[in-house]
Amino acid sequence: MNEKISESIVRVDAHTKIGGQTKYVGDMKFDGMLYAKTVRSLHPRAKILSIDIPDIPDGYFIVDKNDVPGKNRVKILIYDQPFFAEGAVNYIGEPILLVVGPDRDIISQIISQIDIEYEPLPAVLTIEDALLENSPRIYGQDNCFVSHEYIKGEPDDAFANADKIIDGEYRTGYQEQLYIEPQGVIGIYENHRMTIYGSMQCPYYAHRAIAEGLGWSEDKVRVIQTTTGGAFGGKEEYPSLLSGQVAFASLKTKKPVKLVFDRDEDIQTTTKRHPSVIHHRTALDSNGTIIAADIDIKFDAGAYAGLSDVVLQRGMFCASGVYNIPNLRVRGRAVATNTVPNGAFRGFGAPQAFFAMDMQIEKIARIIGINSLDFRLKHALKKGDRTCTDGLLRHDVKIPEMMSRIEELSDIRDKIKKFKSQTGRIRKGIGLSMFYHGCGFTGNGEEIIHGTATLRKYPDSKVEILTSNVEMGQGALTAMRKIVAKSLEIPIEDVIYENPDTSRVPDSGPTVASRTTVIVGGLLKSAADELKQRWNEPGEIEVSKTYHHPKYIEWNQETMHGDAYPTYSWGINVVEVEVDTLTYEITPKKVWAIFDVGVPIDERMMRGQIEGGIVQGLGYGSIEVMENIGGKIQQGTITDYTIPTAKDVPEIVSEMLDNPYEYGPFGAKCSGELTLIGAAPALAAAVENALEIEINKIPVRPEELLEKMEL
Amino acid sequence: MSDEIRFKLNGETVSYSGNMVRRLLDVLRDDFGLLGIKEGCGEGECGACSVLLNSRNVPSCITLIGAVDGSEIYTIEGIRNTEQFAVLSESFAEAGAVQCGFCTPGMIIASLSLLEQNPSPTREQIQDALSGNLCRCSGMNMIIEAIQIAANKGGVKW
Ligand code: FES
Ligand code: FES
Repeated sequence: MNEKISESIVRVDAHTKIGGQTKYVGDMKFDGMLYAKTVRSLHPRAKILSIDIPDIPDGYFIVDKNDVPGKNRVKILIYDQPFFAEGAVNYIGEPILLVVGPDRDIISQIISQIDIEYEPLPAVLTIEDALLENSPRIYGQDNCFVSHEYIKGEPDDAFANADKIIDGEYRTGYQEQLYIEPQGVIGIYENHRMTIYGSMQCPYYAHRAIAEGLGWSEDKVRVIQTTTGGAFGGKEEYPSLLSGQVAFASLKTKKPVKLVFDRDEDIQTTTKRHPSVIHHRTALDSNGTIIAADIDIKFDAGAYAGLSDVVLQRGMFCASGVYNIPNLRVRGRAVATNTVPNGAFRGFGAPQAFFAMDMQIEKIARIIGINSLDFRLKHALKKGDRTCTDGLLRHDVKIPEMMSRIEELSDIRDKIKKFKSQTGRIRKGIGLSMFYHGCGFTGNGEEIIHGTATLRKYPDSKVEILTSNVEMGQGALTAMRKIVAKSLEIPIEDVIYENPDTSRVPDSGPTVASRTTVIVGGLLKSAADELKQRWNEPGEIEVSKTYHHPKYIEWNQETMHGDAYPTYSWGINVVEVEVDTLTYEITPKKVWAIFDVGVPIDERMMRGQIEGGIVQGLGYGSIEVMENIGGKIQQGTITDYTIPTAKDVPEIVSEMLDNPYEYGPFGAKCSGELTLIGAAPALAAAVENALEIEINKIPVRPEELLEKMEL
Repeated sequence: MSDEIRFKLNGETVSYSGNMVRRLLDVLRDDFGLLGIKEGCGEGECGACSVLLNSRNVPSCITLIGAVDGSEIYTIEGIRNTEQFAVLSESFAEAGAVQCGFCTPGMIIASLSLLEQNPSPTREQIQDALSGNLCRCSGMNMIIEAIQIAANKGGVKW
């Protein structure tokens, strides 16, 4: 019989990447190719009165709103930000025009001579400002792109009967994806057709956005994903904007046009994780059991709606964490501000929500004087329970097993006690976080897109995977090949999987929401099962499968009731830190992590997700500080916006627990985003333990710790 | 500044004349077609553009071409056929140290530079040597392990 799917293999793309032979978009050149550079708004909100362009040399071009033949709006969820500003700007860094030409130095010279006259308008810069009665209206009646609310049980009654009510307010900051390969695209106009090469997660998002911008039918557009040097959500919706811009530039110049961002431009103008303010109000009965919660979530969406609606919804569906709270009211708002638009980032609203819930749990346990580990376990969801949206948990929830294993590994129970009341300069602390990630799109998303995946068997018995899902580092090229090879019992070398080209592949949906393995991998598994039956048919054989939710799913988008996700992956993280009480620097010393991702498709690649996700989470909780002052992101370089380096990473002990999902390929559930969620709250809880203080904000910054300690 | 410089690039003596304040990164990528060197930041902070300059791991994005006169430079392309590379390559694959790959050629350069100076580094020494090379995907531990595996493999002189 076959060895288990999880057994690790060397990634199919490892050796070409190691040898530097892999081509990224920045490495591609085409005959006559021109370069583009963006001229951006310097004001958070202003009218553009005039744009003064100098005389420009032959072969150089200005590309702006007048060069957009179709709709000058990037289609994301709605027609959103303009490809190029139309007489007004709404955030610092908003694109106004491109300067295009053969020599990048001359382009810079031209840009330095462009003079834009603005009339500044009153701007709204923070969530608080936006919600003030008398603040300028920058979107709709209330400065909210969307507001949602859902209710489970009878929260009002429960609050009326509560023995104790505990409030908490939690804040989270920006986080920048900081993929090491900056954003980049190339547009090539030829014979009334447009081809785009780009570093991106969602070729069909770009495809549709370009077609709308050009006002062309979709069959005249072709998008080819180039090997993507990291994305983490940052190349989900954002490349649609850039793809449109180079398409218009190429249409105008009749030459290939390349747009690759500089790092400062990338840090300051691309989408980031939404800063949030989350208010918790928790009702307890006289036994110290949580009977109700009222949770208000506000995300800073920035100047355009982008994906904020769905990011917010995922956050709302994680609001009560992994705890069974029978009566619940959750309100969410995506607030408009004149700041850089925020968007997708690994976790997609969940990291903010889990941080707030975890800190609130710690706070309640502290106030009622109960061990927080026991308090968490007492309320932890189990199979048969109802989720926050009243969905049924149909599959095993192994929190008790995971908890006892992580206690054994980390010794957290004893350490929490031991680390109380320390004296001396260096204080140790340990903290825990419990979390889940709903697999695939939120709510009815998968039912709207109905992703299709295809397998094609050629006469030489090679089998090609045709999907729109991309390799961005996570290992999709290897995982999908493994699923197909294992199902067909053929060598992995006989499975072909090229970077997606929309002229060849069906729309299997975007490479987001941790959906690639569980949803698209599941489609490939069933396609492979059918292909196996038909293997001996003559000639080429093609099998396509289209996704439908398992029959049991019930979801009402209107009331936000039912199964927000078909299933969930789970995790528990423990972080141990040292805090230097002189500098208040926090050093993570060791991390223990346990995950239930169903069955990992490859243990080593899964470990790669765990390691990378946890380190990003530690950064989110501590050193990754990004501030927006006056509408301007203050950090422009990797020196200013620091991410964990080799010197900062602690040892990470991780394990996976098998819990096969019947609808996932070989039992796999989702995994890519889950791994980021727990590290920041666990780190914050560890700092609470070390210093015996309350943390209600990430990143936990030394200067703020110092302030708290001096109070 | 003289109008022509010579340096050794991947084992061969080459000459360069022209603008001496261009970045070494641009000259190597654009003039010599060495595309294994990547640009991640252009600020000397990420290490994606690492090259071996007189055996040291140096970011080519903040090195001016005029400054390399008489130096010996190796890029990922120039070490690909060495037995040291073979060991590193195997170790990186085995350790799962590669994800998106954008940092990887730079990491190989940094690893080689370290192992040449110190064939059996401690974890701390590896952490120090890699502190200028960022990886956003792997979390770094699996790269550190790759170097430990390479150091332990033996059978090759660093
Ligand atoms: S590109 Fe040279 S260090 Fe980042
Ligand atoms: S593998 Fe992606 S940055 Fe290192």
